[in-house]
Amino acid sequence: MSRSALRAVLAQSRVELVLTLRRGESLVVSILIPVGILVFFAKVDVVPTLRDPVQFLVPGVLALAVMSTAMVSLGIATGYERRYGVLKRLGSTPLSRAGLLTAKTASVLALEVVQAVVLLAVGAALGWHAEGSIGAAIGLLLLGTVAFAGIGLLFAGMLRAEANLAVANALFLGLLFLGGMAYPLGKLPGVLQTFARGLPAAALSDTVRQALSAGPISIGALATLIGWAIGAPLLAARTFRWEE
Amino acid sequence: MPSATPAIEVAELEKRYGDVRAVAGLSLTVDPGEVFGLLGPNGAGKTTTVEILEGYRRPDDGQVRVLGLDPIRDGRRLRPQIGVMLQEGGIYPGVRPLEALRLFAAYYDDPADPEALLEQVGLSESRATLVRRLSGGQQQRLSLALALIGRPGLVFLDEPTAGMDPHARTTTWGLVRQLRDDGVTVLLTTHAMDEAEQLCDRVGIIVAGQLVTCGTPAELTLDAANDETRFSAAPGLDRPSLARAVGVDSAAVLEERPGEYLLAVEATPAVVADLAVWLRDHDVRLGELRAGRRTLEEVFLRVTSEARP
Repeated sequence: MSRSALRAVLAQSRVELVLTLRRGESLVVSILIPVGILVFFAKVDVVPTLRDPVQFLVPGVLALAVMSTAMVSLGIATGYERRYGVLKRLGSTPLSRAGLLTAKTASVLALEVVQAVVLLAVGAALGWHAEGSIGAAIGLLLLGTVAFAGIGLLFAGMLRAEANLAVANALFLGLLFLGGMAYPLGKLPGVLQTFARGLPAAALSDTVRQALSAGPISIGALATLIGWAIGAPLLAARTFRWEE
Repeated sequence: MPSATPAIEVAELEKRYGDVRAVAGLSLTVDPGEVFGLLGPNGAGKTTTVEILEGYRRPDDGQVRVLGLDPIRDGRRLRPQIGVMLQEGGIYPGVRPLEALRLFAAYYDDPADPEALLEQVGLSESRATLVRRLSGGQQQRLSLALALIGRPGLVFLDEPTAGMDPHARTTTWGLVRQLRDDGVTVLLTTHAMDEAEQLCDRVGIIVAGQLVTCGTPAELTLDAANDETRFSAAPGLDRPSLARAVGVDSAAVLEERPGEYLLAVEATPAVVADLAVWLRDHDVRLGELRAGRRTLEEVFLRVTSEARP
C-alpha cells in the first residue's frame, strides 16, 4: 500500500471507529448484552445440568460479541451509509474500495479487542480460566468475524436501511437462541438442533469452546464455519449495491 | 479561448434505463477553466449525464473523456483530480463538519486547509455540530467544501444552491467565481436561471436527453429574440388603440399578465418612438421597457416547450 493510500485508510479507520463509539445503541448490543448474558446465566441456575456454567459461557459470549460487532453493528451502519449516499460519495474520492473495506475491518477488530478484554475480565472475576489454546480461539473468532461480516454486508447492500436494521436485529436474536451461546444446543428439540448446527453461530461458539477447553475441534462445525466465511462474503460482494 | 484538450468531451452519449432513453445522443464540450451550466427540466438527463462523467454510471454508447481520461477505466487516475457535490446526501450524519473535512483531506496528496475552507463556506461556527443537526443549506455548503478539499482541477456541482437561503447562495456564488479565477473548470446543474446567468460562461439546455441549445448566456438571450418588445404599465390598457399607434395587427399586442404587455414586433427605433408617443398621449406611466433580449428564463421556457414532444 502506498504512503498516501495508508494515510487515507488510517484516517478512515479512525472515523469508522469514532462513529461506532458515538452510536450508544450499538455499544449496548456489543458490550452490555454479552456481559449481561454472561453474568446472568453464570449466577442464575437456568440450566442445572451444566457442571461449570462459566467455562461454558465465556466462549459463547465471545462468539456473541463477534456476531454483534461484525454482523449487527457493521451491517446496520453500512446500510445507513448506503442510504445517506456516503458510500456513493466515497466512490468518487481517491479512497479505494479495498481501502474502505480495510478501514471497516480495522474498526471491527479494534472493537472486538475491547469486547474480548471486557468479557475475559468479567469471566475471570466469575472464575473462568483458559484450559486450551488461546491462539486457536483467536483464529476461530477471526474466521467468525469474516463469516458474520459477510452476512451483515449481504443484507446491508441489498435491503433498505430500515429493513436491514430489522433483519440484523432479528438475526442477532435468532442466532443467540440457536447459537449454543447461553445454553447447550442439546437443550433444543432434535430437528431444530440439526438446523442450528448448520448456522454460523453454533459453529463458532462450539469450536471456540472446544479450543478453549483443550478438547478436539469438531471437523463438522469447523467446516460449517469455513463455509460461511467463504460463502457469505462472496455472495455479499456479488449482490452489494452501492446506492439505495 | 478553446484549448487543445477539452476538460470534458462528450460525443453521442447514450444511457437507457429499461425502455427509457435517459440520455439520447448527447454531445458536449467544456473547455478548461470554464464554468459550464447544464440546464433542463426535471428528468431531462442532467444528473445521469453528470454521474456518467463522474464515473458512477457506465454509458451504453458514445464517447466520454474527462480531463482526457475515461471516467471508469481510468478512475484511479481521475478521482484525485475531480471534486464532486452530489445532489443530496453523501456525508455521515454522525460526523462533525471539521472531522468530515479532515477525513476527506486525508484522501488527497495536497489538500486545502480544512479550517480555512470551513471559514470560506461560512460554517466555522458549526464546526462541532453533528451533520444531522445542520440545516439543509448548511449540509449543502459542507458538501461543497468536501468537493473542494482536494484542490480539484474540475468540479461537478449538481444543483449546488438548491435549498439554500439567499446568504448561503451568495457565499456559494462567490466560491464558484473564485474557482473560475483560480482556473478551475466547473460543471454545474441548476434550475435557477439567475444562477446560470450570473455564474456560467456558457450554458447548455438539455431536453429529453439531448442538448437542444448551447452558448453564452448573452448569446442565448439575444438570439432570435428580435421579434418581441415587452413593457409593463397599468393593467387594462386599450390594446387595439396601441396596436394602431404602433402599426401592428391588434392580435400582436398581448397583455400576458395584468400590467405586463407583449408587442409581437421588433423593437425598431420607430416602434419604440410610437409606443412612447402613445404612452404620452394616454398619460400612461411606463414601468419597464425591454426589447431585443429575453431573460434566460424565457429562453429556457421557450426552448424546453418547443423541444418537448
